Amino acid sequence: MTAALAEKNGTHSARPAAPAGPPPATPRRRPGRERAFDEVPRWQIYVPLGVYLVFTLVPFYWMFLFAVRPAGSTSLVPWPMTGEHFSKVWNERSFALFFQNSMIVGICTLISTTLVALAGGYALARFDFKIKNGFMLALLCSQFIPGALMLVPLFEIFKNLQLINSLGSVVIAETVFQLPLSIILISGFIKNVPPSLEEAAWVDGCSRFRAFCAVVLPLLRPGLIAVGSFAFVHSWNHFLFALMFLSEQDKQTIPVGLNTLIGADSVDLGALAAGGVIAAVPVVIVFAFIQKWLITGFSAGAVKG
Amino acid sequence: MAQASAAATPPKVPRRRSASPRRLPYLLIAPAGLLMLGFIAYPVVSVFYYSLQNYNVTKPWRNGFAGFDNFTRIFTEDDQFWTTLGFSAQWVVVQVALQLTLGLALALIVNQSFIGRGISRAMVFSPWAVSGVLTSTIWILLYNSSTGFSRYLADAGIGDYGTSVLSDTGTVFWAATVAELWRGVPFFAILILADLQSVSKELYEAASVDGAGRMRQFFHITLPHLRDAIILSTLLRGVWEFNNVDLLYTLTGGGPAGETTTLPLYVANTGIEGHDFGYASALTTVAFVILLFCSIVYLRLSKFGGDHK
Repeated sequence: MTAALAEKNGTHSARPAAPAGPPPATPRRRPGRERAFDEVPRWQIYVPLGVYLVFTLVPFYWMFLFAVRPAGSTSLVPWPMTGEHFSKVWNERSFALFFQNSMIVGICTLISTTLVALAGGYALARFDFKIKNGFMLALLCSQFIPGALMLVPLFEIFKNLQLINSLGSVVIAETVFQLPLSIILISGFIKNVPPSLEEAAWVDGCSRFRAFCAVVLPLLRPGLIAVGSFAFVHSWNHFLFALMFLSEQDKQTIPVGLNTLIGADSVDLGALAAGGVIAAVPVVIVFAFIQKWLITGFSAGAVKG
Repeated sequence: MAQASAAATPPKVPRRRSASPRRLPYLLIAPAGLLMLGFIAYPVVSVFYYSLQNYNVTKPWRNGFAGFDNFTRIFTEDDQFWTTLGFSAQWVVVQVALQLTLGLALALIVNQSFIGRGISRAMVFSPWAVSGVLTSTIWILLYNSSTGFSRYLADAGIGDYGTSVLSDTGTVFWAATVAELWRGVPFFAILILADLQSVSKELYEAASVDGAGRMRQFFHITLPHLRDAIILSTLLRGVWEFNNVDLLYTLTGGGPAGETTTLPLYVANTGIEGHDFGYASALTTVAFVILLFCSIVYLRLSKFGGDHK
């Protein structure tokens, strides 16, 4: 906040380096002209941002606080810290197992979604074929079909395939619901790679597949990371499929485990918070890692179509 | 790598593209297509089929073709259907409107350049990565009447101890709304920010040379540019907020007194807990038709992809 005040005072003095408007790294503006129009006063950035940061971070802090402070404490400072809640949920509430299950589901979904979407996205980006428009339309329409409303038939299908109580059912369901967006995103990324690069490799004698692996794939890395991370984060977080298709306790995933803690007759807040921290850590790490690709990822593929 | 194999197979060079048979694109989309046929298209069809059946696992002797009985029941006998539909509509409209407004404001802010922008972006977007159940977990801790923030406020002389905002029918809606906003605003902010990056800088420069103020620039350059992205993301988010049950299921369980039961939550309860698959499927069908109808009307009214560019 002190920064905000300092900035406020300096706004209308000569600050040629402070760019205005959207893209960063704008050319320096000539001093003394039209700055009043498009240069945002600093306090208009820092004050609302500060308020929003508080709204965003206090809940995280609250969870962390409950997870590390001893039972019965009402201190707002997480000191002295204790690991009792963590060891309790990890060992007694079988979060170790849930964590493992969630990891399996997340990683399998990541791999299957990326591979299937890569093939489909390549077809959409590089070929004209008869059912192309129909396929695109099907992808878009499937976005409107709710996972929650498909539970009953999906349950029947997985029962017939004998996949109820198997993590495979969740991986399949997550993959299917991730696919449409992933294909659209990946085909957007592939369209951004000039076809002439591939053609040059064909001329050099590469097979299509080889050219793709050697030339296109390395350029797709940011896109693949974005799509793979989406798939991982979504399947890590998703609750309903795991809840419905996995009824055995030792097959369940972290969100379902958290829900059983919430549903307990007398909610053990410390254990719940510790479970929440365990659930948050992997996705927050993934998120921190992909954050800078996230925005480019969306502008490359999804919204622009 | 590409060059390495060049010498080995020079004769195959010409027209590799046409050498790949016309079947290749179909082979490439086959895995995705089959998965979607099997696990999206087939279930959709079977929902329609079940909706015309009496299909209740606990009453197998009554199962069989039912015609439109399930649908008549929905529209004539089932008050709960209308209540949950009304709540769904309220939930979607409030969520999407607030998420869009806050998300747009947030995107405009973090699109400026300022000290600490990278870390601020990472922090304000971070709830995006968090699940509905985890959001519930966090807000249950915050809303808890004996240890949540209201207790600390009461200790400081603001408000009183009272009951949890989640068990009071007067406050539960806004309590759930705030929790969902916490997670939903970053979605819009990220999408809008992505689109903001592509607004041409020259437009703003030209506008400010012509003497347009920041408000006018916003309404005449920024908003028109964001139009399609906003229309599409509000639609997707609206569908998502309608369908999503994670948060409400775990935060309020649809309570208190059914106050926060959305239509999909009602469907899940009817189908999975009530075992009345036929009726649940009919409800699903009705929900799907409503959703489709609203989406089409929305796209028409908003003239998505129109000639504004």
